Amino acid sequence: MTSPDPALRAIDCDVHPMPVSLRTLSPYMDAFWADQVVERGMTGLDSQSWPIGSPKTIRADWRDARGRGASSVEELRAQALDPFNVEIAILNPLYGVQLLFNEDMCRAFTRALNDWVRAEWLDRDDRLRASIVLPMHTPDQAVAEIERLAPDRRFVQALALVMGEVPLGRRQWWPVMEACVRHGLTLGIHAGSAYRHPQTSVGWTSWYLEEYAANQQAFQSTLASLVTEGALGKFPSLKVVLLESGVTWLPAFLWRLQKVWKGVRFEVPWVDRLPAEIVRDQVRLSAQPFDAPADQVGRILDHLRSEEMLLWASDWPHWQFDGNDCIPPGIPARLLPKLLRGNALATYPRLAPTGAARQGDAA
Amino acid sequence: MIAGPVAEIPPGGRKLVEAGEGRRIVVFNLDGEFYALANRCPHQGGSLCDGIRTGHVTAPEPGIYSYERRGEMIRCPWHSWEFDIRTGKSWFDPRRVQVRQFPAHVEKGSALVEGPYRAETFPVRVEDDYVVVEA
Repeated sequence: MTSPDPALRAIDCDVHPMPVSLRTLSPYMDAFWADQVVERGMTGLDSQSWPIGSPKTIRADWRDARGRGASSVEELRAQALDPFNVEIAILNPLYGVQLLFNEDMCRAFTRALNDWVRAEWLDRDDRLRASIVLPMHTPDQAVAEIERLAPDRRFVQALALVMGEVPLGRRQWWPVMEACVRHGLTLGIHAGSAYRHPQTSVGWTSWYLEEYAANQQAFQSTLASLVTEGALGKFPSLKVVLLESGVTWLPAFLWRLQKVWKGVRFEVPWVDRLPAEIVRDQVRLSAQPFDAPADQVGRILDHLRSEEMLLWASDWPHWQFDGNDCIPPGIPARLLPKLLRGNALATYPRLAPTGAARQGDAA
Repeated sequence: MIAGPVAEIPPGGRKLVEAGEGRRIVVFNLDGEFYALANRCPHQGGSLCDGIRTGHVTAPEPGIYSYERRGEMIRCPWHSWEFDIRTGKSWFDPRRVQVRQFPAHVEKGSALVEGPYRAETFPVRVEDDYVVVEA
């Protein structure tokens, strides 16, 4: 369970519902695309970022008889919501719709994925909230999907993968950020690749191990893009949530970014205060995984210089821990109220009790 | 101390002077006004006299460059930290990161001949003007 205090009910910022196959989404497609799935013999979009057979993708004791998992609300309740004393959980589907090169198919399947989440998850448990998975071929498409779903306030975040086609801070994505701010949504950025480029800046990886670790580089580059392009400064009320990014890389990376900024800030004069301050104000990270041995966690937290940045997540059904040990070891008990709940409430405008008042929060 | 004849430091120019005990001071001419800074970047000691003299760029928003005070900033040649020649203050942390500044002004040679200032390397001529640094 998450806390020795049963009154402290947790907000789980990263759980992953998984469609069993593309046919799972067919009822949420229009007739043309539903038939295309059959006629083209398309089976599934499980991403190489999260191979179903990989032990990390689905914890062994959370797999069903088929070896799959995370396919129903019942599993989520039994495996995470109830045992971890979760009050609210945010669904972040990682089904590989981002990988599609066909822009129209990408839009159709992404819409179906979001509608599947709404009908088969959100409608079935009041504890659930969700991210709007964004079709990222064009900013117009992404904004249109936000506009379509934002009236449903159970959608609390827009979701992109950390490795897309173009760095996320670039100005072409600003309409997406503007829409997030206007609707009181955070911008979630999850580990994973759309495979438009090699997963590392030095080329394609050979191994799962390399690729999983490479996400950290991608988060660094994405964070640098968001800061240097001025995106965070342009939308100061926008909160960006890095999901399954790990945590411990951040202080060292910020040191380097900030140190060099002091010398070449004339390149990016709109970055008019310390990059680390901007990041501390606007960027949050899910603390699953944390990426440090227990006895070093305190030092890392000191380096972050903030107790507001970390959000708890079970990362269900990914295998980050065994049993009910869902708090990264080494997190001090005094931090739990913020980690488990307070920081999430402060991060997601739509989770706050006064959320309605924040709707229309403008840039 | 006397940094030199005004004619040696024309507008836009700079001059490195020895201030004794190994200290060096760089004197800048900003459109006829003289400013003197310790020639030692507070970061790691780079020689500011060897840096690029540039302007001050800010941005009201991304993509809009507001370039002002051309020539009034000195950039350390080692790591490009920018300092305001008029104040010695760094751009990124003006309160905590500063180059030591010394008052500088112009005096008539006739006053200097009898004054408290020293010119160790050249004779002062009464008919010329000199840059005086209070270091």
